Amino acid sequence: MMQFMLLFSRQGKLRLQKWFSAYPDRVKKKTTRELITLVLQRKPKMCSFLEWKDLKIVYKRYASLYFCCAIENDDNELLTLEVIHRYVELLDKYFGSVCELDIIFNFEKAYFMLDEFLLGGEVQESSKKNVLKAIAAQDLLQEDEEPHGFLDELGFTSPNAW
Amino acid sequence: MPTVKGDGMRGLAVFISDIRNCKSKEAEIKRINKELANIRSKFKGDKTLDGYQKKKYVCKLLFIFLLGHDIDFGHMEAVNLLSSNKYTEKQIGYLFISVLVGASSDLMKLVIQSIKNDLVSRNPIHINLALHCMANVGSREMADSVGGDIPKLLTSGETIDSVKQIAGLTLLRLQRSSPEMIPLGEWTSRIIHLLNDQHMGVVTSATSLIEALVRKNPDEYKSCVSLAVSRLSRIVTASYTDLQDYTYYFVPAPWLSVKLLRLLQNYPPPEDPSVRTRLTECLETILNKAQEPPKSKKVQHSNAKNAVLFEAINLIIHMDSDPNLLVRACNQLGQFLQHKETNLRYLALESMCLLATSEFSHEAVKKHQDTVITALKTERDVSVRQRAVDLLYAMCDRSNAEEIVGEMLEYLESADYSIREEMVLKVAILAEKYAVDYTWYVDVILNLIRIAGDYVSEEVWYRVIQIVINRDDVQGYAAKTVFEALQAPACHENMVKVGGYILGEFGNLIAGDPRSSPLVQFQLLHSKYHLCSPNTRGLLLSTYIKFINLFPEIKASIQEILGSDNNLRNPDVELQQRCIEYLQLSTVASPDVLVGLHNITLLLFRSLAKLKKKKPTATAEGGEEKEKEPRTIPQAQVNNAEPSAPVPLQVSVGLPIGRSTARNRRLSVNLKMICSLMPPLPSFFFFFFLMKFEAYLFFYLTIIFLISRFFCKQNGVLFENDLLQIGIKAEYRQNLARVGVFFGNKTTFQFTNFTSNLVLPDSIKSGMYKNRGCILCKCFKIWCQSGQMQKLNLKLPVIISKFLEPAEMNSEAFFTRWKALSQPDQECQKIFKAQFPQDTEQVKQKVLGFGLSILQGIDPNPDNFVSSAILHTRNQQVGCLVRLEPNKQMQMYRLTIRSTKPEISKALGDLLETQF
Repeated sequence: MMQFMLLFSRQGKLRLQKWFSAYPDRVKKKTTRELITLVLQRKPKMCSFLEWKDLKIVYKRYASLYFCCAIENDDNELLTLEVIHRYVELLDKYFGSVCELDIIFNFEKAYFMLDEFLLGGEVQESSKKNVLKAIAAQDLLQEDEEPHGFLDELGFTSPNAW
Repeated sequence: MPTVKGDGMRGLAVFISDIRNCKSKEAEIKRINKELANIRSKFKGDKTLDGYQKKKYVCKLLFIFLLGHDIDFGHMEAVNLLSSNKYTEKQIGYLFISVLVGASSDLMKLVIQSIKNDLVSRNPIHINLALHCMANVGSREMADSVGGDIPKLLTSGETIDSVKQIAGLTLLRLQRSSPEMIPLGEWTSRIIHLLNDQHMGVVTSATSLIEALVRKNPDEYKSCVSLAVSRLSRIVTASYTDLQDYTYYFVPAPWLSVKLLRLLQNYPPPEDPSVRTRLTECLETILNKAQEPPKSKKVQHSNAKNAVLFEAINLIIHMDSDPNLLVRACNQLGQFLQHKETNLRYLALESMCLLATSEFSHEAVKKHQDTVITALKTERDVSVRQRAVDLLYAMCDRSNAEEIVGEMLEYLESADYSIREEMVLKVAILAEKYAVDYTWYVDVILNLIRIAGDYVSEEVWYRVIQIVINRDDVQGYAAKTVFEALQAPACHENMVKVGGYILGEFGNLIAGDPRSSPLVQFQLLHSKYHLCSPNTRGLLLSTYIKFINLFPEIKASIQEILGSDNNLRNPDVELQQRCIEYLQLSTVASPDVLVGLHNITLLLFRSLAKLKKKKPTATAEGGEEKEKEPRTIPQAQVNNAEPSAPVPLQVSVGLPIGRSTARNRRLSVNLKMICSLMPPLPSFFFFFFLMKFEAYLFFYLTIIFLISRFFCKQNGVLFENDLLQIGIKAEYRQNLARVGVFFGNKTTFQFTNFTSNLVLPDSIKSGMYKNRGCILCKCFKIWCQSGQMQKLNLKLPVIISKFLEPAEMNSEAFFTRWKALSQPDQECQKIFKAQFPQDTEQVKQKVLGFGLSILQGIDPNPDNFVSSAILHTRNQQVGCLVRLEPNKQMQMYRLTIRSTKPEISKALGDLLETQF
């Protein structure tokens, strides 16, 4: 199973983290730091796989973002590369040519998308169409809800404000 | 600001923009603190916040957390969102819980209540949210309180597919975190049959679940094998249009295929012939497809296709039964070895390591040796080179060992520092394992030290010494080679160690050549002395004292070095002590002492642990080695049994204490006791040879008393506790004794301060006879463990009866002598109660073990024992006659001993009395 997935920028800023097993916060922070340094050091033509502790790290860079997954010893490295690619495709399709900013500003969407695709460290639904359908259903529900305008932002919805 | 999808929380977007616009870390922290204060006041304020506001603030907290800051409030608000009837609010609430709330949180009860409510919702999208949360948190508490509903949800015909999919993986997560919470016994068959489900997504998720369950309980799920094979077969024979959206870049369902292939790796090859044939066909099809031209130039196509191929090869290796498939797999991987994709080369090297271990494909792997060697030399990525090293190690056998070891040695000169140590170990193991000619082995190891001395661990250089010692045919060669290696202007300290050791032992073998005459050898070694660490210097000092023995002609030069101010006043106590002792030893000791010394360190290496065979993954195998090899047994001579002539003795005790290796801590200590008649000397000498032990606690062996356990046997355990075992092995011949003392470390740690000493009490000085003719031993020992000093007093069982030699005589001779010894003080009679069962056979063994004969046909009562023996001392022999008469009714014995010396009768009587 996949243990965790990290998205970080070329500058080493963490953009998304997903842990599929329970790790203490201290370990999460240390692991993240170590892996970001490790992966950023590597040169472009190098192999996408590396051994790290008792896990295998599979990473791939898309534009300014690195996608980095930690899998267990008997997991398939090549297919993990394609897990990353499929996730990128999903984001791309949803945001329409995704960029790092989309993930920063809509981080919650990136999480929801990941949940529909991977669950418990395993691929839940490999069909792009089905994942997007699930996300579209979510968006549909939210559009049914009352829209909020800028007045809400200013706190004018509460009766006390009048 | 990019477009915000969905309802877009504007406030959140503004906040994120603000953070991004911060010019410095300080500014960012300031902005965050401001926001945190704002949210805190909103949450605490009197105004009730509406759902949207709560969602927005919770989302901001989430963002701040993801930036790496700690969040210590807002959890309650997030939990409140869970019960909102608006989907997006509920969703953010669950996200916050999944990311931020630990399984142990107090709020978990409330969360679980919300999950329970959502699981029974009519809206499947709410059920999915609850399931996602369970799969993300996966706590025991959840498994306990709601986990029980999941199997039903998973297998019920009424559940829609998307829920089933999620339920499968949720169940998997709960099973992993708390397997005993959700018993699946009744669901087994239904879960297995999910493999036949119409919906590919459901099958994909169910396969992961089943694989995890199979690992725990393979027998219960055995029937999944045939279902998995038929599912796999349908996929691999499908055209890429058949599976529609489950085809990924022209590869049909790669994720499901890989999962099925992994599932099958939990079982041996299928027994059912039809299933087996079908599986073989699948694997062949996958191998065939690898040869077809690619349907797309995209890397995704080749990755997905090869992912399936590698997993199929893993299954072929796992089954390890079909030579045809194994060889085909090997050929396929061989093609990848030269592929332009680094990833494929890496994986091919890795998989081939496994193929090399199969008897069917080992030869096929060897065909690629040259390619692998090229990879080792030319790959740009160190992780790929590492795989090449692993593969070379795995494919090595007797036929190609010399070439592979040669290539690895050559590569080692330029190898990355990160893999040197592992390579050194691998080379050392291969060289030893496949050495036909041990001169080659010696060359390889010396080369290793020359090329990568820093990475040669103690295990490796101990091992070469061990092998040289045990193989007479390489000793001369080793001495010559090491002598030459030491002539290099700069040589590694490990080389000095090995050189010092080997020349000290076998330097004489090359001393005939004037270019390596004793003095040249000594000067060469000594030229390195000042550059070495104290440890190595200590070893060299031992070499010097051995040189005095090997080459008496250079004694004066060595004494000069030992006696130099620099050494005698060395701040390192260990070196100082050695110099003083060795110098003293070389001055006063007889050649015998030095001969004894010669073997001291030898012993250590003989009993040292063998080099562990490491697996290619460099994990050491377990297996404690417990060999003890006593070669040199200390010697004690009973010099004089003359009561009136007190004899001063010189006793020299050598206690070489080897440093135990990191893994094997059994240390063997040889005690050399040489008591010889010497001109009167003022006191005893004690020599401690402490090799590499760090400090100075003392272990005294003081000769004072006896240990009854050893009266009737020679070998055994003298002392044992949780930390230490001390064994005795002794040999006696006439008036000579050899006593070995062995120390075994029973802990898993190394003794840090371990010293021992042997002390003879004054009574010995004035003659043993006064002390009832026995050498009485006492050991006094202290050692340090966890900061605690421990003392141990022990007695060495060297007693007078050990010098008895059984004598045979006939009835007539016996009675003649018996009558001749009729003076009252020549007889010692004891009548005592039996302490042990009066078993004739046991008593007989004890009598024999004590050193007495058993004379038949002298006493008419067959139960009685009649014995005779001669006590040997250096100067005289004392005859002893013994009768032992058991009385089985009374459980008593009568023991009568007669000898020419009254003291002997009494001493033997006292000893024997305690034994029956």
